[in-house]
Parts: sequence; C-alpha cells; structure tokens
Amino acid sequence: MIPQADARSIPTDAPLLDALAVRGVSRRGFVKFCATITSMLALSPELIPQVAQALQSARRPSVIWLPFQECTGCTESITRADAETIEQLIFEAISLDYQHTLQAAAGTAAEQARQDAMRANWGQYLLVVDGSVPLGGAGFCTIAGRSAADILVEAARGARAIICVGTCAAFGGIPAANPNPTQAVPVSQIVRDKPIVNISGCPPIPNVITAVLVQLLTFGELPQLDHLGRPKVFYGESIHDRCYRRPFYERGQFAESFDDEGARQGWCLYKLGCKGPVTYNACATVKWNGGTSFPIGAGHGCIGCAEPGFWDRGGFYDALSVTHTDNLEEIALAAGAGVAVGAAAALLARKKQHAAARAGDDGAKGELP
Amino acid sequence: MTLLDFARGPGFFWAFTILIVGIVWRLSGLVFFRWRRELATPREPGLVAPVSGGLRTVIMRSVPPHELEKNITFQHFTGYAWHIGWFVTFLFLGAHQPLIRSILHFGWPNLPNGVVLVITAMTLGILLTLYVRRLLHPVLRLITDMDDHVSVLLTIAPLVTGVAAFAHWSLFGLRYETVLAIHLLSVEALMIWLPFGKIFHFVTGLITRFRLGAEMMRRGVRA
Repeated sequence: MIPQADARSIPTDAPLLDALAVRGVSRRGFVKFCATITSMLALSPELIPQVAQALQSARRPSVIWLPFQECTGCTESITRADAETIEQLIFEAISLDYQHTLQAAAGTAAEQARQDAMRANWGQYLLVVDGSVPLGGAGFCTIAGRSAADILVEAARGARAIICVGTCAAFGGIPAANPNPTQAVPVSQIVRDKPIVNISGCPPIPNVITAVLVQLLTFGELPQLDHLGRPKVFYGESIHDRCYRRPFYERGQFAESFDDEGARQGWCLYKLGCKGPVTYNACATVKWNGGTSFPIGAGHGCIGCAEPGFWDRGGFYDALSVTHTDNLEEIALAAGAGVAVGAAAALLARKKQHAAARAGDDGAKGELP
Repeated sequence: MTLLDFARGPGFFWAFTILIVGIVWRLSGLVFFRWRRELATPREPGLVAPVSGGLRTVIMRSVPPHELEKNITFQHFTGYAWHIGWFVTFLFLGAHQPLIRSILHFGWPNLPNGVVLVITAMTLGILLTLYVRRLLHPVLRLITDMDDHVSVLLTIAPLVTGVAAFAHWSLFGLRYETVLAIHLLSVEALMIWLPFGKIFHFVTGLITRFRLGAEMMRRGVRA
C-alpha cells in the first residue's frame, strides 16, 4: 500500500500525471498503462495518445463513495494490498472525498466532508456505491442518523454518473438473497434519472473499475452497456466462451470431483457446478491479481457472482443441468394424489360399467364380478 | 426470476409433479378398473404358460410381422433407431449426467460428446424424416390426429434445443442461458404431456403387450 503520508502530499487538484510522478511511476510506465487500458476497452490503438493526453491533463475527479449493505470485499478488491500497481495508483489519485471505510475522518467531520465535496462539485462528481440499499426500515443501515436510501437519493441528485461497484449495489447481491430480511434493493431501483454503470462481481475485477474511470476521464462519456447496465467490453462474453478449459467441455471430458484424475488434468468443471456458461464477466481474460489466475484456473468452478440473484440459483456445486428441486415430500404427496385421482376415475368407470351391464348395453352382462 | 431460474426451479418441480401425478393417476385407474372375469378354464394350469405367452408376445410384437415385413421395414427400424438415439442422447451426454445422478443418486460414465452429437444428429434427422413422411403419406395422414402431432413435436423439441444449447448457438439472437432455459422447458413440456398423450406407451407399452400375450395364451391362442 502507498504510505499514508505520500498520499496526503498530493494536492487534490494536481493533474494525474503529477500525482503518479510523486508515486514513482515513470512516463514510460504511464504510456504502457494507457496502451493496456485502451486495449482493454477494445478501442483503436490510434486512440492511445488521446487517452494519455486526457489522463495527463485530467484534474482528479471528485468521487463520493457510499458503502451501504456490503462486506467491504469490493473495497478490499480495489485497494488490495498484494502489490502496488499503476491501476491502484490511478484509483488512489482520484479525489476520493468520502469513503467511510478508508477515510480518517469520522462522525460529523466525515459527513461535513461529504456535504462540502457535493457542494463544491455539484453536477460533476462521480458517485460510487457498493452495497445494497435496505428499504425494510432505517435501522438496517443508518449512517449519521440517516437511512441509506435518504443518503443515496441526496447524493445521486448532484452526481454526474453513478458507478455501482459489486453485485450488491448492482443487483441486490447477498443482502437481497431469499428471504431478503432487510428488503434490500439495488441502486437502480431507487435512482432512475442518472446514468448508472453496474460493475458487478463479488467482488468485481479492479481493472474494470479503473477502465471505466479512464473512459470517463478520456471521453467524458460512459462505456457502452449491456442490458444489465454493465460495460459490454468486459461483460459481453461469458466466462465459458473464454475459458481455457472449453476444449474439454467440447470433448465431454469433465472432472467428477475436485481431486480426481480429470481435475488434475485440468478438465472442464461443468459437472462440479461451474456457472461459467451463464456468467458474463472478464475473469477468464483479464484475470485477477495482476493477471495471475481466476477461480477456474485455481480449480474451482465459477459461482456466477457477476449475475443477478446468483445466491439463490441452487447449490454452487450443482451443475447447470441439475434442477434445484429436492422436494421429495411434495413428490410423494403428488404420487398419493395421483392414486386418489386414479381411484376416483376407476370408481366412476365402474359405475358406468355397472349401469351398462344392468342395461345389457355392452353384451357383457354377467361377466362382471 | 430469470427464465433459466424458472426452468431449473419451479418449472421442473411442477413438470415432475404433473408427470408423477399423471402416471400414477392413469396406472391406478387401470388397476382399479373392473376387469372382465375369465369364465373359460385355462388351457394350461399354473403361471408358466401365461408368463411365457406374455413374454413371447412382448418379443414377437417387437419385430416386424413376417406378412408385413416388406411394407413396414423402413418405419419399423427407423423407429427403433430414433428411440435408441434419443435415449443414448439423454442417458450418455456428459452434461445430462449430473441431473441423472441428482435424481437416482448413482450414475454411469458418459460417452464422448462427439459420439453423442453424431447420434443426436442422426436421431433428429430420422425423426424429422418420419414426421414429414407422416404428413405426406396419404394413409398415415388419415390416422394422424392432434395427439400424434403434439407427441412428435414434443419429442423433437428437446433434441433441437439441446443441440442449440450444446453448440452455444444463439437461436434468433438469444443468449446461451435463454437457449438453455428453452431446452429445459421443452423437456418439461414433454414431461407434462407424457402421461396424457400417446407417449404414455413409454409406461404401458410393454405391460399391455405382456398382458395381451398372457391372456391369449390362457385361451390357447398365440398372439
């Protein structure tokens, strides 16, 4: 992590490149970063100078970060302490005016900082939200005596755009899982008049957040989004489509357990519950920890954490072809109901047979017992 | 709830429930139905004759009768071919194994996907050929009713949607999860229809053949 003293030594209105220079990032490193980000955003290489120029001259945008019902995993992902990366520096070089997990200030001073930042940058600041918003009562998530929903509505009013970091803010996530005791909802159910980018994942890939920020700084506009409000460039393809184990799926070679020969050979994890075929994210391409690996690379199936309702879609270890119904009692009751209906139908038929026999209609009189 | 969540959850539950209710309903109806009393003395006492007669009929009705062999060979053997292909696809595709295992609590090795895919394609081709033939053949057309159309189409649908899901074809621009959901729903539609249409021969076919053979043998007739 960057020493706190260094971080504080950068003036809040300093251009980004100056801030990076203080951290020891060379111009060459900066240009390499611009090329990487341009490539990640699937932009033409001709735009690299434009990205670099925009970032060099960019004033650090004011960012207000509101964490609500969350586990801090998203913050941990972005500010991860494993290595100091240029993406991390970019992220820390924004003017993060309010983030109650990271900031030193607390109580009234912290809330005052938020109010000041909002007033100073009204209509221009970026609002980042992680965590879902409870509607079940103010007591579930209250900050400085105000409900999460109140704070969100107030902060959203002056925001240029809202970036929902993590599946909780984007889709409700684990707090909204059945039976959803706090009546948690995603940001998009409360704020409907502002552009919203959903960067889903539990947690999301930090580079994706960086790339969205760079896109905003460079072009002043949000990236192209999919039907769930996620940047298409990162969420346009399923993990399965880009998985290095895909050839094994095509051949029907599956690991049957986590320690069998198939698992050791790196075969497809479909039978072990991998949700890669229905999960859209960049894990298989961008990967984690500086491009080191991703869950499937580590031998565990994808749990589909970038998709809405992933927590309520049956067992993580149930294959997609397995239905998540195990109601044997209901099935047994159904069988009992079937016997009753069948017996009733037979009874009716018997009556008809009797009537027919009595009338001698079917010529079978006397044959019935 | 997404379409896939519905297909994997409540959709499958209700389809399975209706399947069970339907099968038990129709079977118990047959069991509780008043059976004709046999007044004639059996030709041969004991159980050996009716059982052997029943088994004989099951076997004999499973091969084309000699007199009609020339006329029905194509339909007969293509019928076998697609039935076998359909069940090989269902029972031996790797992606189906977890479902089978979750229901039966045991399973078996799957065949290579390439093998199953070839069998599936052949099955689909035969089924479509037979259906087109049914539509064009003047006699078959006469004896075809709505039950046949529904039964055939519901048998074909899981194969078509299954191949699309397996190959990740985006039918009409649909995403994979929607195609997979449609595949599951097509299977669920088949499950719901099974007890009420002609596909119920899946349950009663061998039983009725056996009973007919046993009854005929009791009367000294080879059926």
